[in-house]
Amino acid sequence: MSLVDERAAIDSRRLNTPEGIELTVRLAPIGARAAAFVLDWLIIIAVTLLLAMLVVLAGGNGSFTAFFLFAHFLLRIFYFPFCELALQGSTPGKRSQKIRVIDSHGGPLSPRAIFARNLTREVEVFLPVVAVFSPESIWPGAGGLIGLFAALWCIALLLMPLFNRDRLRVGDLIAGTWVVTVPERPLLEDLSARVQQPRYHFTAEQLGHYGNYELHVLEDLLRNEGEVDRDTWDLVCTKIKQRIGWPKDAWEVEPLPFLQAFYAAQRARLERGLLFGVRHADKNEAREARQRSGGQSSRSL
Amino acid sequence: MSDGELRSVQFRREREAAWRELEGLVIAVEKRGMRALDASDARRLAMLYRGTLSALSVARAISLDRNLVDWLESLCSRAYLCVYSSKRSASGALAGFFLRWFPQQMRRLRWHLLLAFVFLGAGMLAGFLLTLGDMELFYSFMPAGMTQGRNPAATTEFLRDGLYDVEHLNDSLAAFASFLFSHNARIGIMAFALGFVFGLPVFYLLFYNGLSLGAFAALYHSRGLSVDLWGWLLPHGVTELFAVVVCGAAGLVLAQALLFPDRHGRLDTLRVRGREAAGIALGAVVLFFIAALFEGFFRQLVTDVEVRYLTATTMAAFWLFYFLVLGRRGAGT
Repeated sequence: MSLVDERAAIDSRRLNTPEGIELTVRLAPIGARAAAFVLDWLIIIAVTLLLAMLVVLAGGNGSFTAFFLFAHFLLRIFYFPFCELALQGSTPGKRSQKIRVIDSHGGPLSPRAIFARNLTREVEVFLPVVAVFSPESIWPGAGGLIGLFAALWCIALLLMPLFNRDRLRVGDLIAGTWVVTVPERPLLEDLSARVQQPRYHFTAEQLGHYGNYELHVLEDLLRNEGEVDRDTWDLVCTKIKQRIGWPKDAWEVEPLPFLQAFYAAQRARLERGLLFGVRHADKNEAREARQRSGGQSSRSL
Repeated sequence: MSDGELRSVQFRREREAAWRELEGLVIAVEKRGMRALDASDARRLAMLYRGTLSALSVARAISLDRNLVDWLESLCSRAYLCVYSSKRSASGALAGFFLRWFPQQMRRLRWHLLLAFVFLGAGMLAGFLLTLGDMELFYSFMPAGMTQGRNPAATTEFLRDGLYDVEHLNDSLAAFASFLFSHNARIGIMAFALGFVFGLPVFYLLFYNGLSLGAFAALYHSRGLSVDLWGWLLPHGVTELFAVVVCGAAGLVLAQALLFPDRHGRLDTLRVRGREAAGIALGAVVLFFIAALFEGFFRQLVTDVEVRYLTATTMAAFWLFYFLVLGRRGAGT
């Protein structure tokens, strides 16, 4: 859980919308980008092969060959930019991985940025491939050593997304774009709405122990109700009861209804605080606030 | 119980229908693109997006239901991507690009173009003079695959026939044109994209191409075929050399952004200039296409020297008009 949160923090970026409200986006994992690229390439190769077969079937004479060469070129250069223009910064491959291209400064994704990031692909991806397999064709007369150097240099370019914080290709750098993933979440029912007639009631003192963080942990627990076993419920219940000073004479409670009622009451209390500008991030802040107000009241006495 | 209802619960109950409607529109756009929506739906999408975005900012302030806030954030991000992706019509964008933007950029980048041209010209001059002095150098300047036997060992007859070749005037012509186009356009794109390695490969590419051309010219000059060669080269060469220079200039724009960033810092400069340079390289690809049409068809079909020179002059005049005159009126606005 905490590990997931940490990863999320490393990957998430603030995006300033033109409306002035920040949104959080998550950088796409390298694996997803590689998979998307491979898939797009398979599509390009498949279409090219299909065209080649048509050319062969048509007798393979000159004008058909011309059509083939031209179509292949168009496909190779324009497949990515046209897909990204038509599909909101996405391609069939990217779509399969649920990733897409956005402007890193929050503005609209301009056609020019799309072309900038895709034209450089020619150098980033194809040059390394050529450099490895036939260095002669890049630098005529290049000896073994220069060829090796060129190949290393090209491979470094290819691997560039691994070596910077924002996982930028050279094309992303030039165009000012990010490749992000937009997770689709379900909207679940409000947990506090479930508690109509609470069986348990809490005093203001009892609700002063926890902050937003603990509330969210409890929310996660209650939302995964089905996966939590009896022992965990009991454990969480006992911990909360101890902390908030639950009366000993009514100590035995039914865990799930108790936690649901506590969640609803605690959230109501913290949200009322928010309306008055009081925000307790976690239990430590809640304790400090309690001590401050306790100190004041003792002084006033 | 209703007066004890939380503000955040009430907030959600009042707005959830609108959020769900936005979600439906977003899903439609994600599936089929903006064309999935008609005009009124598109307006509705923009309106609902703004409403939901402000609801998100309220929810962040008043609600501690994390699932709700996360969901709203994800919905807003998805809607944002629908609203702020390419809105302009493709045809309008194309017309604006070729009738205004591209010629304007050419005028703005005159010094980059000049520098690229100087390197190409220096390569040509060096290739020409060196090869005239020592014909053996021809082989080092010219990639072997490109010459098709047109080298110093060939007879003058053979070289001459090559220039007026009507022999393979068949359907291989189109194949030739489209091969030339993809080959040249790729070199051009390369020249642009290599700009981000501080421009050195751009100079190399320009100079090297100049060398080959110079060597070629020297070979024909030594056989007294200069007039015929340039008549053969120039009708498409005017456009093609210009396209090479344009790509080189685009590469230099990138290199300049990296080496001499303006006050916004290196990365931001690169971002702004990179988009410009990519647009310019794209324009150059179209130039290559036009050049290849001339190279593949016209050159093989028209063998009259006067007509060839006339065409070359017309092409040059056309490009001068295009780049010096077009889009001037819109430049101020």
